[in-house]
Amino acid sequence: MARQFMKGNDAIVVGALAAGCRAYYGYPITPASEIAHAAALHFPALGGVFIQAESEVAAMNMVYGTAGMGVRTMTASSSPGFSLKQEGLSYAAGAELPCVVVNIVRGGPGLGNIAPEQGDYFQITKGGGHGNYRLIALAPNGAQEMCDLTMHAFELADKYRNPACIMADGITGQMMEVVEIPKALPKTWDHTSWCVDGTPGTAGNLVSSIILEPLELEAHNLKLEAKYEQIRNHEVMFEKYAVDDADLVVVAYGVVSRIVYSTVDQARAEGLKVGLLRPITVWPFPSAVITSLCATAKAFLAVELSTGQMVEDVRLAVEGRKPVHFYGRCGGVVPGGDELLAEYRRVLGGGSR
Amino acid sequence: MKTYEKSGGFFPVFERKTGPAKDATHYCPGCGHGNVHKMIAEALEEFGLLGRSVFVSPVGCSVFGYYYFNCGNFQAAHGRAPAVATAVKRTNPDSIVISYQGDGDLAAIGTAETIHTANRGENICVFFVNNAIYGMTGGQMAPTTMIGQRSTTTPQGRIETVHGNPIRMAEMLATLPAPTYIERVAIGDSKHIMKARKAIRKAIRIQAEGKGYSFVEIVSACPTGWKMDPVHAREWLLEDMLKVFPLGVFKDESDSREEDSWLRRYDAYDPAVVDEYLDRLKSTLGDAEPVALAEDLHCKFAGFGGQGILTLGLLLSQIGMRAGQHVSWFPAYGPEMRGGTANCSVNVCGSRIGTPLVETPNVLVVMNQPSLDAFEKEVVDGGVIIIDTTIVEGRPDDKRLRPVLIPATAIADEVGTAKIANVVVLGALVAATGCFPRAFCEDTLRAAIKKRSLVDMNIDAFGRGYEFVKNAR
Amino acid sequence: MTDNAALDVPWMEVNGELCKGCQLCLAVCPKSVIAISEKLNSASYHPAYYTGADCTGCGLCFYACPEPGAIRVTKP
Repeated sequence: MARQFMKGNDAIVVGALAAGCRAYYGYPITPASEIAHAAALHFPALGGVFIQAESEVAAMNMVYGTAGMGVRTMTASSSPGFSLKQEGLSYAAGAELPCVVVNIVRGGPGLGNIAPEQGDYFQITKGGGHGNYRLIALAPNGAQEMCDLTMHAFELADKYRNPACIMADGITGQMMEVVEIPKALPKTWDHTSWCVDGTPGTAGNLVSSIILEPLELEAHNLKLEAKYEQIRNHEVMFEKYAVDDADLVVVAYGVVSRIVYSTVDQARAEGLKVGLLRPITVWPFPSAVITSLCATAKAFLAVELSTGQMVEDVRLAVEGRKPVHFYGRCGGVVPGGDELLAEYRRVLGGGSR
Repeated sequence: MKTYEKSGGFFPVFERKTGPAKDATHYCPGCGHGNVHKMIAEALEEFGLLGRSVFVSPVGCSVFGYYYFNCGNFQAAHGRAPAVATAVKRTNPDSIVISYQGDGDLAAIGTAETIHTANRGENICVFFVNNAIYGMTGGQMAPTTMIGQRSTTTPQGRIETVHGNPIRMAEMLATLPAPTYIERVAIGDSKHIMKARKAIRKAIRIQAEGKGYSFVEIVSACPTGWKMDPVHAREWLLEDMLKVFPLGVFKDESDSREEDSWLRRYDAYDPAVVDEYLDRLKSTLGDAEPVALAEDLHCKFAGFGGQGILTLGLLLSQIGMRAGQHVSWFPAYGPEMRGGTANCSVNVCGSRIGTPLVETPNVLVVMNQPSLDAFEKEVVDGGVIIIDTTIVEGRPDDKRLRPVLIPATAIADEVGTAKIANVVVLGALVAATGCFPRAFCEDTLRAAIKKRSLVDMNIDAFGRGYEFVKNAR
Repeated sequence: MTDNAALDVPWMEVNGELCKGCQLCLAVCPKSVIAISEKLNSASYHPAYYTGADCTGCGLCFYACPEPGAIRVTKP
């Protein structure tokens, strides 16, 4: 078995290579820089492209270029840099270009700090750039998933011709775990029907997001929306741990889900029937399973490294059927297990916050 | 017979164009874009490059370049055409890539992309149509607008001390070593026009020959934006604009550069090659039968930077991995950084690991005094606390905890270097917790330590730490 | 046009529907053999036209014209 002990950030690059990604464009930023370091080492060694771009904006637009050629490509950054990528993401979504963007989320707003946070949830799942579009967004919580979900992100991006995002945090990026190195995917994709790759076969194609006529642009938007509806219907991923009989369903993703996971058994040992629902896709959000859990759960608790972003999606799924509580830390503060246990006791004891 | 007529570099009919008149361009009467388009289309066709060509349209009046050019087309975000062109060229070095841009696009919002694409010597052609105004957007001041020139955002005329001066991109880029060819031409009178045609053809040839980056700035009229009739606009261009934007070759190394010297390597995806490569990244520790773990370890290792704290964590992690256990390692990061100490969290567990952050360790290694103060209280009751007594003066609560007091740095010094105290501590940890058999740990160390000359010293250090704890019992 | 071809002399022709009447071809023509029509085309421009004689087939009008398909010059 080919295994290696590696950082989550490095595992992303391994996953990208195994998914057939051939070009990496990036700009240094903590705590995502290891991804660029690994890409700079591996992409040229494999005859691929690595460019340290002049800016995040340029890097994302280079991704647009390679994606438009029907070749798998990616970039990675952290929150302030991810803000700068919104232009290119909107264009890529508009032009229906598959690509993968990684955001190792750090503390914000503004320059914030380099500590882990999840304050980019709105930006990633609700848009970020201009116009009606969505990012497919996957939230790994460990090094193996950093690898595997990156591969999956490339597959989804291709399948739906849409940018896909890996939303992780500084802890998941910096932490090392044992990663099983995957087999490279067979090259099953062929984008010559729409890409422009500098060969005669694609010379009649156009990569563009400009549609001047309002009716035509409306039709394009509706086509995108229909695609997003397909994604909502078919690509939701989540993990359940002890939720089926849980009085309190804790909803948490990324590194927070690991902290919650550590507390579930402890909580149950003291008689608190707590379970964990972990969204793996944060967009599409696992709304249906949350709605169905309203039949058995007494309450929901969203735990996030933010002041309350994902909790809005939990509320939308619960639709007022059950109380939805929120517990968050931000600015780089990570909640401890004891804090969470205290919160479970308070919520299940009927206390209010 | 010689015929001058619509080039096959153009689509026969401009089907992508909205509205009627699918044979005419969308440009205003007398606009220079059409002239430049004709020269590019003609050259691509004559050189037999159309099938390989990719035309990148910018934002501005030429945003609709893709209506016209009978080749692959991209439409790029404002100012980003060179970034898109860079990626296209790098992903297919055989392609012929044209970044076609106006002054607002190239010299204002895309300045960074422009400069850095030139500085990397991307093997592409940049055709820069400088007409001193934002045309499509409504006649605003461009970076190349002339002093005194009125625009919708300089209604009193451009003023040096308020708006800055017209920017000379060709001259600026010519200061860079990488570009091959930089020239400024004009769509003015016939002589100028034919010179412009020559420059455009030369730039495309340079790219086809793999000789690198070309930049042709084309001073061009915008009769609508300038509020002049087309003939007067060209006169103003010749009389006034060329004083600020002198024509000429600013750089030309096309003769001295080797063919294909600026082409970059690109290999298409081959899963077999990737598999072979990724196989080299795998752990070299070698396969071992799973080794049982006595008890889950939730360790915190803390000390000064330079004591090998993070490495200590990595070594234990590798032992755990080789034993087939679940392992996580997390270095001090963000809020975990306290008191100038380096620390890391390591979990070695028989089952799935929850939080990688060790809040309540059952093993704490302390290699400096601040770490003892910071972390002792976090250790669970009955937990192991290993203290390097060479450095740390304080002593832990031995009723609540199981202290292991070991002069690790002094022992390491005896072994050969104080730097190896972390391995002495590792030996002590293995002895104190009984987590894995000694021989298994030593085998793993032998495999894990890259420098062969250091293996014996490390095994010695590990053994001394191990023995110290065993003998103390 | 057939006349010119038959005579084996150079000639230029303007597609009156594509011409935008900018007059740049007039400005560059060394022989002043291009003129502007008094009629409007369907795009409301007064198009240029060849006066019918003395074109040398130099092609300068072709390159001065911004429209890809408005001018055609033939030099036998």
